Order: sequence, then C-alpha cells, then structure tokens
Amino acid sequence: MSDITTAIKSEIDSADVVLFMKGTPAAPQCGFSMQVCQILGHVGVPFKSVNVLADAAIRDGIKAYSQWPTIPQLYVKGEFIGGCDITREMFQSGELTALFDKEGIPHKAAAKA
Amino acid sequence: MAEQGNIGAVQARIRSKLTDALAPLSLKVIDESHQHAGHGGHHQDGESHFRIEVVSEAFAGKRLVERHRIVNSLLAEELAGRVHALAITARAPQE
Repeated sequence: MSDITTAIKSEIDSADVVLFMKGTPAAPQCGFSMQVCQILGHVGVPFKSVNVLADAAIRDGIKAYSQWPTIPQLYVKGEFIGGCDITREMFQSGELTALFDKEGIPHKAAAKA
Repeated sequence: MAEQGNIGAVQARIRSKLTDALAPLSLKVIDESHQHAGHGGHHQDGESHFRIEVVSEAFAGKRLVERHRIVNSLLAEELAGRVHALAITARAPQE
C-alpha cells in the first residue's frame, strides 16, 4: 500500500463512524457535506470527520480508495456506505439507524426507544 | 408524447443505456440542469445534471452503494464528459 492509502485506511479504522467531508462539522464548506453532518447530528451518533480540503493527497486518495468520485463519503466500521444521496435515503427509510443498531454503535434514536 | 419530443441528446442516450442494461420496470430520466445554473460543473447548453429514478430486478438484494455504482458505471462515458452529477433513486420491484 502507498503511504496515502495507509493513512486513509488508518483514518477509516480510527472510529466507528468516519466522514470525509469538505470543511468541518462546525464550518462545512459544501452543502452536501453539511447535509450528512446534519443527518448524523440528528441521529445523534458520534463521528470523526476528516476535512479533505486540508489535504489534497487525502482528497484524491479517498476517491481512489473507495472508487467513488465525490465527497462527502461516509464509512461505518471500515466499510464505505455512500455519499450524501445514499446517506439521506438510508436516513429517511430508517436503514441508517438500523445499520448503527446492527453494528452496535450507540446513537440518540436508540437511547429513546 | 410531447415530453419525449423535447428531450436532449444526452438524456436520450442515458435513457437508452439504462434501458438496455437494466430492463427497467420503470425509468425516469429528468434533466435538472436549470436548477444548477451558475453552479460549478454546469454546462451552458444544459444537460449537465440529471435525476434518475429506476426500478429494476437488477437491484434486488444489493446495497444502495452497489446500485449507485451500477448506474455510475453504465454512464461512465457521460459522467466523464458533459454530465456533472447524477441523483439516483434505484429500487428493486418488490420495494
């Protein structure tokens, strides 16, 4: 593996939920990244964010790693879930919280149930 | 249909590729380029942003990300050229 692939892999494995995004959750630099942050915030799941605008090698590397052409990219337990559209559709259908439940990742929706 | 008479060349090609590859039970290809005017990647002649709603047996048992990958790969040529973005809804018939 190249250095950048190793670095990306270690980011993806560093938390249960990892979001590669433009900007930060406090200051998203793109509407699509902001939407995913809002969904994760609404679900109340802790997540680690990686700002691809801060590192061009990560920005290009993550697209090659996932074979997915756009940012944001959401990973759960090391697995690529999708971008903004997929995350939103899974949230609306309940699949997203079902996935967190299945993986044993605590979130606000589960605590209320 | 009058609607069909007005569709652009890119839209027609997308429709025909998806029809051939997926034998869809239902397929909508909607040009949303006007909603993205001025946005990065917008093409001055339109046909840059599409919404695709497709129902096909090909999606049965597949995760959303795999379904999107199937559509993206079928339209790789368009995405490499004029088409900047696809919004995809991909369902299996029983869903």
